Amino acid sequence: MNNIITIATKEFRGFFHSPVAYIVLTVFLLTTGWLFFSSFFLIGEASLRNFFALMPLMLVIFSPAVTMRLLAEERKSGTFELIATMPLKDRDIILGKYLSACALLICGLFFTVPYALSVATIGVIDFGPVLSGYVGTLALILALAAIGILASALAKNQISALILALALGFTLYLVGAFTFFLPESLGSFLAYISLTTHFENFTRGIIDTKDIIYYLSIAFLALYLGVLTLKARRNN
Amino acid sequence: MSEEMIAVENCSKKYGSFTALKDVSFKVKRGEIVGFLGPNGAGKTTTMKLITGFLAPSAGRVLVNGQEVTGESTATKALIGYLPENAPLYDEMMVDEFLDFAARLRHLSGPKAQKRKETVIKVCGIEGVLGKDIGTLSKGYRQRVGLAQAIIHDPPILILDEPTSGLDPNQIVDIRALIRKLGEEKTIILSTHILPEVEATCNRVIIINKGILVADDTPENLIEAQGSSGLLIALSAAGGSLPDKEKALKVLQSLNGILKVTPLRDEDNTSYFMVHSSQDVRPYLLKALIENDLYLMHLSLKQLSLEETFRHLTLDEKASKEENHE
Ligand SMILES: Nc1ncnc2c1ncn2[C@@H]1O[C@H](COP(=O)(O)OP(=O)(O)OP(=O)(O)O)[C@@H](O)[C@H]1O
Ligand SMILES: [Mg+2]
Repeated sequence: MNNIITIATKEFRGFFHSPVAYIVLTVFLLTTGWLFFSSFFLIGEASLRNFFALMPLMLVIFSPAVTMRLLAEERKSGTFELIATMPLKDRDIILGKYLSACALLICGLFFTVPYALSVATIGVIDFGPVLSGYVGTLALILALAAIGILASALAKNQISALILALALGFTLYLVGAFTFFLPESLGSFLAYISLTTHFENFTRGIIDTKDIIYYLSIAFLALYLGVLTLKARRNN
Repeated sequence: MSEEMIAVENCSKKYGSFTALKDVSFKVKRGEIVGFLGPNGAGKTTTMKLITGFLAPSAGRVLVNGQEVTGESTATKALIGYLPENAPLYDEMMVDEFLDFAARLRHLSGPKAQKRKETVIKVCGIEGVLGKDIGTLSKGYRQRVGLAQAIIHDPPILILDEPTSGLDPNQIVDIRALIRKLGEEKTIILSTHILPEVEATCNRVIIINKGILVADDTPENLIEAQGSSGLLIALSAAGGSLPDKEKALKVLQSLNGILKVTPLRDEDNTSYFMVHSSQDVRPYLLKALIENDLYLMHLSLKQLSLEETFRHLTLDEKASKEENHE
């Protein structure tokens, strides 16, 4: 556990050594803010539903930017040899990096709380869906950061890590959209693995453990594959 | 701890279809400083990666302190301090911050960590760069920071891949002295392309060529096997009698740049010595001898021994390989 925290702390600080963290956070807040307020004033209701509806797409795009360098860059610069020969377990490395990415994304999410509060000052707001929206977004972050870590573990450099993570994220994001012209069984399977289908309940104010389990399973699977990737690398 | 700190047993390593290491075996005892020699691409770094557990061998096994290096191998990794080739370090971290990070990963904390940190900072001479970003350091200072992280946990085993590359001559002397000092109680494997370095620091040489171990012996024996070479000097005392051997040895050893002086035979009232040095000692030799009442009876220069041995062993191998292909 100490190892994980040591690595997570180092990586979290590392985000702020480069402009990446600032750019990602700023662009994330500007985009979500702009999309949120424009739709809010157009529709004119005191709810964050539209705001949360944006989250899957936003995070599919932004989390790869946070995770891309975490492992791929170490491999490229050779520093991976340094940590890989420290008395660490492979999972310490993967989980430490994962935690740092989650922490940065959660920071970004935290900065959107003023949006919710500003809506509350304008009209009467139902806090149930706001809470469930935040829970859903958190679950989404846990899943997408894990996918990003897996991509970064597989890739040789950060650009390939970015592209791979975007490809994986968009696949999971879009599969739900194609279900209607597919056979029933395949369609419902795709709907089940889709990031968006599972998010709908959260935007409606419902916290269903099935949805949470879905996101956690994705996270677990991706992290596990990440650990296997590091193991496999030793046999080169 | 067992006396046998490292055992490489019939190790081979393939990268895809390319065989980088073929059936290499050797053992290293505690307190030995082993120098890895070999031309570029010989497999020195690969061997080190197997010992440090960064890569798994394709065949054979490695034991560190009696324990097999397999999988994550955190137990053996804890015993090793490793300076990888070219000292890969986190460029965006400050030196001080990086040492803290390394100490924490080595499970040091509190006053103990602080003390170890202070020690390695002093030993590696990096007091002046603690607040700098690693990315802005000169190559020599990078190398020192790399060495500092390798010894921060005071490991019984040190694996150093070209530790003096990029250092200036003064630093090289310092680092060699440091390695010799650490070697009194630790087991050290270092690789280098500088042959006199091996003679100056190591008590054993392993020569690898094209993935095959071609020699494993003390530098002296390897030199012996090739016939003596270096600077051959014959001395006699005033009046043409046999000189005081102790005294003559001392005089020769005090010359600038001396690596090693080996006393040879006595003959016709003269004593013969073989002298190895990092620079030409002839300009100072005569003055030193006259001041000490020693007469120079013979002086001849031969090529540096280990260099010759090295060339012989690694080029022969190549030549015979080419013959096999025909
Ligand atoms: N990851 C890799 N994939 C493929 N081939 C590799 C890999 N690493 C090393 N090799 C090859 O294995 C051989 C041995 O390399 P190694 O780095 O062990 O040599 P070395 O003795 O350390 O050489 P040098 O003196 O140049 O550092 C070389 O031919 C090298 O090209
Ligand atoms: Mg090498």
